[in-house]
Amino acid sequence: MKKIKKIKINLNGKALFLNKGTSLSKVIKKNKLESNKIAIELNREIINKKKIDKIFLKNRDKIEIVHFIGGG
Amino acid sequence: MKKDFFKISTKKFKSRLIVGTGKYKNFIECSKAVKASGADIVTVAIRRVNISDKKKPVLMDYLDPKKITYLPNTAGCFSSNEALRTLRLAREIGGWKLVKLEVLGDKNSLLPDMIETLKSTEVLSKEGFEVMVYCNDDPLMAKRLENVGAVAIMPLAAPIGSGLGIQNYTNIKIIRKQTKLPLIIDAGIGEASDAAIALELGCDGVLINTAIAQAKQPIEMAIAMKHAVIAGRKSFLSGRIKKSLKGYASTTKKGII
Repeated sequence: MKKIKKIKINLNGKALFLNKGTSLSKVIKKNKLESNKIAIELNREIINKKKIDKIFLKNRDKIEIVHFIGGG
Repeated sequence: MKKDFFKISTKKFKSRLIVGTGKYKNFIECSKAVKASGADIVTVAIRRVNISDKKKPVLMDYLDPKKITYLPNTAGCFSSNEALRTLRLAREIGGWKLVKLEVLGDKNSLLPDMIETLKSTEVLSKEGFEVMVYCNDDPLMAKRLENVGAVAIMPLAAPIGSGLGIQNYTNIKIIRKQTKLPLIIDAGIGEASDAAIALELGCDGVLINTAIAQAKQPIEMAIAMKHAVIAGRKSFLSGRIKKSLKGYASTTKKGII
């Protein structure tokens, strides 16, 4: 059997191991995040949320997912 | 009397009180206080989502952005780059253009870094943001912010969370005289009378967070602030009497026995 290659990414400051070829949308779904409540940065670039199906993660990618919290 | 709206950029609001959503015990208390305050605008901050605890409640579940205007801010940003990054992300969440910029310069006093603030205001305005700017109570800097495209000038009353009330009446009055932009006192309010004074000085509104959220009874304080802002505005519009060192009797001498 062919072994699936793993990649190491960083999600909101934490290391995460994924199968090579995992899409950004899969990460969003897996974390039960609603796309209308968040914004996403991939390697310091803001991502158009409509395109996350077509973005496949690479080793050492850095993702930041933010939302609104209480603030003054 | 003509209907008195609070206009920021192209939008009209009824309430002249903007409230922050930080420092509450929980989201329930926060949403109750916001409701009690009658505010049409709430400030919100941008932070990482909690990946490890997916069930943790989120602000949007308690305050519906379709019912109340979210004003994303740059709380905690100490440089222009951090502030720009934060607000670009805020816009991406759902098209927020009206934003509150604050770039802090000193961790102790939390006073704004006006050089970084000015720089950021210019960049953001060019990118199509409508930037409401937290600033020092400096009329010259307020003018510069206006010149680079700010849609509202938001001078502090006193340091953030200090509760000291308006420290420099004169500068606030000078800024009021020189600008037609919305002038909003942001930070440093401690009690209801501070809010009323801000409106009496001719400011268009006030932004309050700590004074409500950290009061012993936040919801009651939210009600107090709501009425203070209405009172201050009405007092300002009604035209106060002249100050005098002489006393003038309220009752006629006619018919005295």
